[in-house]
Amino acid sequence: MPPIPIRTSRRGFLAGTAAGAALSVLAFQARAEAAKAVPLAEYAPQYLSASEYTFVMAATARLIPSDGDGPGALETRVPVFIDRQLAGDFGAATDLYMDGPFYPEAHPNLGTQTPLTPAEIYREGIATFNAWCSDTHGAGFADLDAATQDAALDALSKDNVPLDAKLREFWTLILQNTKEGYFCDPQYGGNAGMESWVYIGFPGARANFHEWIGRPEAYPLGPVDIAGERA
Amino acid sequence: MARTDPKKDVVIIGLGWTGAILGMELAQEGVDILALERGSDRATVPDFQYPEVIDELKYGIRFGFMQKPRKSTLTIRRTLDEVAQPYRRLGSFLPGDGVGGAGIHWNGQTWRPMEVELRLKSYVEETFGAATIPDGMTIQDWGVSYDEMEPHFDRFEYMAGIAGKAGNIKGEIQAGGNPFEAPRSRDYPMPPMKQGVDAQMFARTASAMGLHPFPRPAANATQAYLNEYGMQLGPCNYCGFCERYGCLNYSKSSPQTCILDALKRMPNFSYKVNSEVLKIELAEDRKTATGVTYFDEAAQEEVFQPADLVIVAAYSLHNVHLMLLSGIGAPWDPVQQTGTTGKNYSYQMTGGTSLFFKDVVFNPFAAAGSSGISIDDYAISRIDFAKEGFIGGSYITAGISNGQPIRGIPLPKGTPSWGAGWKQGIGDWYGHAMSIGSHGSNMAYRDCCLDLDPTYTDRHGRPLMRMTFNWKDNDIRMTQFMRSKIEPMAEAMQPDSWQSSYKAEGAQYDVRPYQTTHNVGGAIMGADPKTSSLNRYLQAWGQHNVFVMGASAFPQNIQYNPTGMVGALAYWAADAIRKDYLPNPRPLV
Repeated sequence: MPPIPIRTSRRGFLAGTAAGAALSVLAFQARAEAAKAVPLAEYAPQYLSASEYTFVMAATARLIPSDGDGPGALETRVPVFIDRQLAGDFGAATDLYMDGPFYPEAHPNLGTQTPLTPAEIYREGIATFNAWCSDTHGAGFADLDAATQDAALDALSKDNVPLDAKLREFWTLILQNTKEGYFCDPQYGGNAGMESWVYIGFPGARANFHEWIGRPEAYPLGPVDIAGERA
Repeated sequence: MARTDPKKDVVIIGLGWTGAILGMELAQEGVDILALERGSDRATVPDFQYPEVIDELKYGIRFGFMQKPRKSTLTIRRTLDEVAQPYRRLGSFLPGDGVGGAGIHWNGQTWRPMEVELRLKSYVEETFGAATIPDGMTIQDWGVSYDEMEPHFDRFEYMAGIAGKAGNIKGEIQAGGNPFEAPRSRDYPMPPMKQGVDAQMFARTASAMGLHPFPRPAANATQAYLNEYGMQLGPCNYCGFCERYGCLNYSKSSPQTCILDALKRMPNFSYKVNSEVLKIELAEDRKTATGVTYFDEAAQEEVFQPADLVIVAAYSLHNVHLMLLSGIGAPWDPVQQTGTTGKNYSYQMTGGTSLFFKDVVFNPFAAAGSSGISIDDYAISRIDFAKEGFIGGSYITAGISNGQPIRGIPLPKGTPSWGAGWKQGIGDWYGHAMSIGSHGSNMAYRDCCLDLDPTYTDRHGRPLMRMTFNWKDNDIRMTQFMRSKIEPMAEAMQPDSWQSSYKAEGAQYDVRPYQTTHNVGGAIMGADPKTSSLNRYLQAWGQHNVFVMGASAFPQNIQYNPTGMVGALAYWAADAIRKDYLPNPRPLV
């Protein structure tokens, strides 16, 4: 097995990838592109209304917060990902069987039975949840302090927020879509700068580890994405 | 509206593994063959090429290569008195779609069943007594023996280029292989895969405990390989994108890498895509098929395609659906216990234990679908059913197949699923977890079956198929037995923590989380037309010019991944058709 220099500390790992990226003209251009991307607050949503977008920003910021180790949902531009998904085939339930009759109250083990598309579930779910936040906590979700937001999300996750059966998937959807936007290839608008991949040590689309399977030391190279950029 | 096309000698429904095998074998007899594939065409380039295919969201999460429920799905209920609901979003199982079928997006574990599994009912009765079989369990013999099948396992394994280590060659036990496997005539065509750190640790622990670890048989090539059809594989590069993806590297065995280019060069073979077969048409006396009716997506019209021989080679569930729609075999009635078509649908009982090691680096992204180490010390042939109180068995295995993060990062018990605690957890534990899994049998039951749904229809107006399935005490006892064997192994490996997930008493089938795409039964083979849909050559008992491939023929599920058995059965049936049926078309039994 050829000797490969190993960096095991996270600091070394990051230094190595930054040095690698500096050598790449493409990556340099990508960084310029990323720098040109509009700030999250100025992004013009394709599907979500302004207030819905504000909710998605606030909710995802609690689902994957910015403090502590690693990037949060906002640094990785998860709200942009969610808006783009809802504006496309995913939001429109293009692949799903959507013929009736619908029994949304059927046993959960039998899978989703709502007549609503994911985009419609967000629309009605956000409205219902915001109204519940106002009734229970005195303000819409985005205007609550972080601790109260966490308490509201905890209630949502535990089915303690009364929702119509048609909206039963709302919590699962927003949590799943948030993680998708955090870890996806950057072409979908999330995982900006591949920061989530750098954080956990996933090498993205490198897809060639013949020399690495079975070796008990950390893989030294940072991620690449499908467009060929390096973090 | 319907047009009629010129007659073909053979029409094949579906161009996945079995359709491609039957196409290749029958084409060598000089007959004129048309294969009809409901999905789109697919080739390594451009459909699986780097880097576009390394897209977890598109293929791993949004199921880019799978059947779209909007176009084709079924309804599911857990008991005979529940109202079945449509499987609107894919979850528990992922049927394939398009040329290559599920053969493009599997992990590649390619096993042979135990000898006793092919004569399970007789084995249980002879060894433990008929009373061992609980009420409502409807297990059967297959009507073929392992010895009859052996040359066909060998043929499939050498065609597909399987990497592994034999444990029993003609009765001689081989060091490093599975000593409990049925005898094989020769070793695998390629040496086993490299193993990840987790599999190496599992192998050491298993050996130290007196168990018998061996490498998983893998349809992931370990060296350059040329098969009997002139198709070539290159060695796997452990890219970590196997299951749910087409192989970018010409390494994973699939219809594309092993058969299709050779088949497309046969002048007497042709295929049409976006052509979904709606019905197998029968003659007036219903004793033969006259051809098939399909929907030609390009022409937007129904087409009658006459043929002398109909090979049903769609996914197992669709085979049964077509038989029910076409009146091939009497539908199974789970109350009267009459009929055969739709009988004995079964699945796969799996469970596992996750282990967390803060100081071990697993690099889970450096992986292949079927690298890994297994033990068969608790196989179905080695368990005293009378003593343990269940019928079944399992292999136990370790081998990380990918490190894709959206599909889930294993986290220690108590880690939150969102918020600051989750983010800290993924940073601390990504790449520091492994699992030991049990992959076990699932018996057949009177009330686990397939029929036509009374309410829901597909885009062609046909009734959807209805699945009735739930977990049963027998199989839950089996998986709990495996838990009692796996947890001591986990403890012996001294992780920082571990946690288990096995079906427990009262477990109910849940269609939401992915489990396995090992849906079997419904068009079962056997020795008696009263209790099976197909004879031992996969020929419909009532229509001698209809042969039905695939795992729908399994009378109950084996403890292994089904593709090895599916491939061997395809060669077994092809051999009978070539040598015995084509020269003199008639019921072969």
